[in-house]
Amino acid sequence: MLPATLKRTDTSSRPGEGVAVAGEKKPGKAGRTGPGSGDPQHAADDELERRRQRLEASLAARGRGEGDTGNAARSSGAVGYGQALRLSSEFIAGVAVGAGLGWFIDRLAGTSPWGLIVFLLLGFAAGVLNVMRSAGKIADAGARVPTPDRRED
Amino acid sequence: MANDPIHQFQIAKLIPIEIGGMDFSFTNSSAFMVATVAVSGAFLYLTTSSRGLVPSRLQSLSEMSYEFVANMLRDAAGSHGMKFFPMVFSLFMFVLVANLLGLFPYFFTVTSHIIVTFALALLVIGTVIVYGFMKHGFGFLKLFVPQGVPGILVPLVVLIEVISFLSRPISLSVRLFANMLAGHITLKVFAGFVTSLSAFGAVGVFGAILPLIMTVAITALEFLVAFLQAYVFAVLTCMYLNDALHPSH
Repeated sequence: MLPATLKRTDTSSRPGEGVAVAGEKKPGKAGRTGPGSGDPQHAADDELERRRQRLEASLAARGRGEGDTGNAARSSGAVGYGQALRLSSEFIAGVAVGAGLGWFIDRLAGTSPWGLIVFLLLGFAAGVLNVMRSAGKIADAGARVPTPDRRED
Repeated sequence: MANDPIHQFQIAKLIPIEIGGMDFSFTNSSAFMVATVAVSGAFLYLTTSSRGLVPSRLQSLSEMSYEFVANMLRDAAGSHGMKFFPMVFSLFMFVLVANLLGLFPYFFTVTSHIIVTFALALLVIGTVIVYGFMKHGFGFLKLFVPQGVPGILVPLVVLIEVISFLSRPISLSVRLFANMLAGHITLKVFAGFVTSLSAFGAVGVFGAILPLIMTVAITALEFLVAFLQAYVFAVLTCMYLNDALHPSH
């Protein structure tokens, strides 16, 4: 927070604005304590930056691996629209089936709201499972062995 | 109204047939299903009838579609899965040709009705269940019990897996149906903008260029979607068949 303010004062080309911004923060104090209190914060920022870069690198590597095994043309084309429909239909189907099953059980057993409540929640879980599974399947399109890796997770 | 985007999905009875109080009419939907089967059958038969060792263009097209589905099935379900090749290939060709036929102006899109796609999905899931129980007996139920799950969680996980399994035909059918329906409505709406804008004189005609470009672009996208949805349907069929063949991996 503090370094950001200081930076803005430094980079701002119009001196009036810089003074206005710094004035709120009591410039004399901020100038002295800025570097001292900024150090651990800088370190934290650097650490965060490094971790973000590492994550980006690993994500890129994973994406490249998927592209190699799967069909790169298929996953990178104008298919985002299709994928969105695909994933949302998976999720909605899970929820709908859960709700329908709960309603049906309620009708059979007369346990009125409880079957619907419990199975709706289970349906949400199943929908999320469907989405994760289908997204993972897109990833390893080359392998196409859904059964073994399902057993692992 | 000519601009009504839903009008294209209306079912019209061509030959009214009623047996025992049930409506068995031959509709425009049935007509286009027959046309789909006829076109795909005739295409495959006529292009491969010469049986050239060096295939002609059309012959190599039908050979490519064979290879495409065969590889897909072999990758997903192994060589045991090849006994389902006729079914998967028929499904793929039916959906693909029905989608592509629907792109002709004034043609009816069979796959834009959820009952059609749901029937196809039920056929797939029914085959999976019947074959799974026939081949493995009650061992097929191992499909719902993942390995390495703590004992307390097993009932919960089994319930979730069962719901997930039951949601498959719904997501399979809804995906195909929604893609075709949404695509055709979008196309119609953008095309409707062209006519209604051009009614406003010169400025309107100039402004109508934009939706016209969109219509052309969406038509290209629809060709992609038509192929892609047939592919997705076939791939998922292969995966579900794999579950029936090897439930306890």
